[in-house]
Amino acid sequence: MEKPSYNTDIVRSFVTWSLVWGLVAVLVGVIVSLQMVNPDLNFGPYLTFGRLRPIHTNAGIYGWGVGTIFATFLFMVQRLCKQPLWSDKLAKFQLWFFNATIIASAVTLLLGYTTSKEYHEMEWPIDVMVVILWVAFAINIIMTIIKRKDEQMYISLWYMMAALIGVAILYLVNAAAVPASLFKSYSAYAGTNDANVHWWFGHNAVAMALTAPPLAMFYYFLPKSTGVPIYSHRLSIIAFWSLIFMYLWTGAHHLLWTPVPDWIQTLAMAFSVMLIAPSWGSVINGYLSMNGQWHQMKENYLVKFLILGITFYGLQTLQGPMQSIRSFSAFIHYTDWVPAHIHMGTMGWVSMISFASIYFLAPRIYGREIYSIPLANLHFWLALIGQLIWSISLWVAGVLQAGMWNAMNDDGSLTYTFMETMVEMYPYWWARVIGGAIYFAGILIFVYNLYMTVRKKETIPSTTAEGRA
Amino acid sequence: MLEKKPVLFMILATLAILVGTAVTMVLPFVWVNTAADRIEGVTPYTPLQQEGRDIYIREGCNNCHTQTVRPLVAEVLRYGDYSKSGEFVYDRPFLWGSKRTGPDLARLGGKYPDAWHYKHMKSPRSMVPKTNMPDYPWLNDNPLDPDVIRNKMETLGFPYDDEQIADLTGKTEMDAMVAYLQKLGSDIPWRKAAETTIVGDLTNPFPGDAAAISAGQAIYASNCAACHGDNREGMIGPELTDMGMEDAELYQVLHNGIPDGGMPGFSNLGSTKVWQLVNFLNSGQ
Ligand code: HEM
Ligand code: HEM
Repeated sequence: MEKPSYNTDIVRSFVTWSLVWGLVAVLVGVIVSLQMVNPDLNFGPYLTFGRLRPIHTNAGIYGWGVGTIFATFLFMVQRLCKQPLWSDKLAKFQLWFFNATIIASAVTLLLGYTTSKEYHEMEWPIDVMVVILWVAFAINIIMTIIKRKDEQMYISLWYMMAALIGVAILYLVNAAAVPASLFKSYSAYAGTNDANVHWWFGHNAVAMALTAPPLAMFYYFLPKSTGVPIYSHRLSIIAFWSLIFMYLWTGAHHLLWTPVPDWIQTLAMAFSVMLIAPSWGSVINGYLSMNGQWHQMKENYLVKFLILGITFYGLQTLQGPMQSIRSFSAFIHYTDWVPAHIHMGTMGWVSMISFASIYFLAPRIYGREIYSIPLANLHFWLALIGQLIWSISLWVAGVLQAGMWNAMNDDGSLTYTFMETMVEMYPYWWARVIGGAIYFAGILIFVYNLYMTVRKKETIPSTTAEGRA
Repeated sequence: MLEKKPVLFMILATLAILVGTAVTMVLPFVWVNTAADRIEGVTPYTPLQQEGRDIYIREGCNNCHTQTVRPLVAEVLRYGDYSKSGEFVYDRPFLWGSKRTGPDLARLGGKYPDAWHYKHMKSPRSMVPKTNMPDYPWLNDNPLDPDVIRNKMETLGFPYDDEQIADLTGKTEMDAMVAYLQKLGSDIPWRKAAETTIVGDLTNPFPGDAAAISAGQAIYASNCAACHGDNREGMIGPELTDMGMEDAELYQVLHNGIPDGGMPGFSNLGSTKVWQLVNFLNSGQ
């Protein structure tokens, strides 16, 4: 049988660019964490915390996160469908339009053109670009699926399709606005409605960009790395449908105790707790797939990244529902606890799975074995330690902060002024700077390792390279 | 079976996504921001205030400051009356935020005099030494553009008159910002409602007590000095060296503030600390 000729060039290019934006995101992360401990590091008007923080978050989610999604989906879809990409030209367009969109976002955000809506800060002309970009991507994936050779669609393809649809609906609805000029628009919704629509978007962006795609990667790259299939197909079916059904009810857990109607908050709380089941469906499926393979945790660095990643996902999906309970939210909402939750998700879950996927791709897209496994192991430990310092110190900070905000004297007055509580945060914010720097060092090693792989002389004979694909 | 039919699969996935969406995101539009939700007295932003709001958005202040007070005891004590849906009907976008690196600002309007804000925005650390808020001095240098602001008011459909637009000439972004900050949360008369009358005799529990005086001095340094000067020589607020007020009278002023004069009340410090302050201020030191 003739081997289909898969497009790996495009995967290689997306990996390169997602690494570039990943470096930018994490570097800016370290910069904003320094600005929080030393306000002299704000250089107005462009380089202030208020303008850099959205660059950090958007470069992280859309540059690094979505860039890796593009790379891995374009890789996986061809293998899972036994079918070359539907259109190489469209994929090439997607690559350059992706970079144009990210650059335009960064520049406009620095200039202060922002809607202020978290993870949707870009003004309307960039929204238009994002829509074009996503449509180009979706068409290519969907057409490749439709023309596939393998009749049965593997789990990863389901999560891909859900992400394609989900992101499209969320982004379009939340983008609705009336332009006042080229770079200023006013939301189509006002006040409480705007808040509710926005967090419906916000939480489900987490579902459709930071949960479904890494799950697609996990379900594909774990069996590929261990050499044994996923434990239960049936479990993954149940987990998939209940996950995408339940997620959409939970946006208001970001708005507990606010003027959003109580019944929406209660629904959000209930569905968030129920979400533990489908989330852990995937976690357990992952763990059970390791039956008899746990020795690979020692021998195979890919497995280490993947299993740690799914473990952070498991912790994240226990902590998240806890935060969705009214009484707990009353305590930790608005504190430094929440960024610690977020970064266990982004640095732990999403990035660990992305690192593993890219390490797995390396021999297949560069035609060379990875330059150094010891360096990959070092990267693993730096990422893990950096992230743990980051999250643990900020959980402690959040609890301390919440305790001080709520502390009352016998006569019913508050014990601390706001500033008295804020200054107590400085040591923990410093710990975050250190954790962040360690994590950043890990990423530098990662990039160096890949760079040296590309520069290596000897290549894998192309037959084996294909054979591994 | 479904795993062999991508188009059907995607239609079903879309439906699964749309159920929760319809109930929790679409349905609320039936109630929220309708007549039942509205509050009398809540008015749209003036051209100057709206421009201030847009600058607040441009500078990303919402990355550190929230704008919703939750109905929780400690929160109402710290910031003021809890937020109501009807107060936000003119907010496009909403600015509730998600992280309180700095304090909540939903009830900021009327808390401090304008002069405090001008100094604080230019250099926050001149007013609050240990804050991590960045300086925004360039707001003083940027003039407002009346035509741009008129266009914004048209887009939003907010009422305005030519005089308000003409008044913008010569004003800076700082003026707009301060006007916005002073409007926040002040459309409902919550300050009046929250004022407490002190009943019973007010007697100084620590007359002449040296420990109380030095405690009061420390409280003065962290809460009052930014406005009244390190040595009570007066700056934004008047000098406080020789006030000639009875202890009980002074206690009332500190407890409730002087709403029309721009002085915030300090009842949330608790009666012990307010008495310590009284003793320090009246100690003749
Ligand atoms: C069952 C799953 C989850 C639930 C119920 C959940 C719940 C929550 C809640 C209640 C908050 C708001 C906390 C607050 O502001 O008080 C939150 C914030 C957040 N979570 Fe999760 N979480 C879950 C999983 C995840 C995962 C897997 C990620 C992956 C990265 C993630 C990323 C985030 C992010 C980015 C935010 C910040 C939103 C903001 O800007 O405030 N979460 N989550
Ligand atoms: C060295 C690594 C990192 C450092 C030092 C860092 C630092 C920070 C800091 C200081 C904040 C602001 C927190 C606050 O306002 O209190 C933040 C927010 C955020 N970061 Fe990171 N970050 C890192 C990695 C990442 C990565 C890899 C991603 C995404 C893939 C990410 C996504 C986010 C998000 C979504 C928020 C918003 C949190 C919220 O809404 O409360 N970060 N980060």
